[in-house]
Amino acid sequence: MSHDHPHAPPRPDDPEPRTYHELLGVALSNLLIEKGIYSAAEERQRIEALEAVTSARGARVVARAWVDPKFKARLLTNAREAVGELGIEHVDSELTAVANTPQLHNVVVCTLCSCYPRTLLGRPPAWYKSKPYRARVVREPREVLAEFGTHIAPEREIRVHDSTAELRYIVIPERPAGTADWSEDQLAAIVDRDAMVGVAEVTVPEARPET
Amino acid sequence: MARFGIGDQVLIQDRYTPAHHRVPRYVKGQRGEIERVCAAFGQPESLAAGGDGEPFQTLYRVRLKQTDLWSDYAGNPADSLEIEVFEHWLESAD
Repeated sequence: MSHDHPHAPPRPDDPEPRTYHELLGVALSNLLIEKGIYSAAEERQRIEALEAVTSARGARVVARAWVDPKFKARLLTNAREAVGELGIEHVDSELTAVANTPQLHNVVVCTLCSCYPRTLLGRPPAWYKSKPYRARVVREPREVLAEFGTHIAPEREIRVHDSTAELRYIVIPERPAGTADWSEDQLAAIVDRDAMVGVAEVTVPEARPET
Repeated sequence: MARFGIGDQVLIQDRYTPAHHRVPRYVKGQRGEIERVCAAFGQPESLAAGGDGEPFQTLYRVRLKQTDLWSDYAGNPADSLEIEVFEHWLESAD
């Protein structure tokens, strides 16, 4: 096979591929750039934009839902439109918010791959994509949550959401007691990613956020 | 026009296709209840193969009981699981 055409040089931020699939990823990326489907600069910018999104966005949504019951109602009815009110553009899929209550705890998984509400939470953590989490949380959610340190009372229903197709999910955790006089920004500061996936609940830190 | 409405009892078809179809094995053949009628979307079987997704299919959220899914389920009998299923994978179970 003739192989005399020039190849793009490796980019400086490429780590040495260690596995077959990493090598495949680099080869695919290089081919797309070589063929002019997109440029190396466009790829870099896209990765930077993806990595710039953090779960602080989702935390703003949750804090708003806690302080504004009408916003929460709109969020539960049409999450995509509701987050748009906060200037968050969610375009790639449908967005669905599910709310925890004293009687119900929600947790999210994608058993088939790793569907995740990236516009609200950024990139998924490694455990969310791992086969053990995906296989076990649909089958023994209480045990898996306990391993995260989250103990759901036996009488409280657990509802697992398997994100199989077009919808992405964010869990609206319960607002912790003792935060009645907190500002929206202070509330947002204590809402962490894992609570919005549903493997944790929001707890009040010893020191109140200063924001 | 959506074939099913909220509260309808449905059966998730137990069949296999080598195409990309977004129905995990563990819910095939299971009965559940329509929780929500979502919009119509292109069929993944077609879209994944470069097709146009036609005919579009209504997507539903189906609520299943954990004790139906797993015979040895040890948690609260009220525990549930909700999953998105396209209309062409559902049958009426009323």
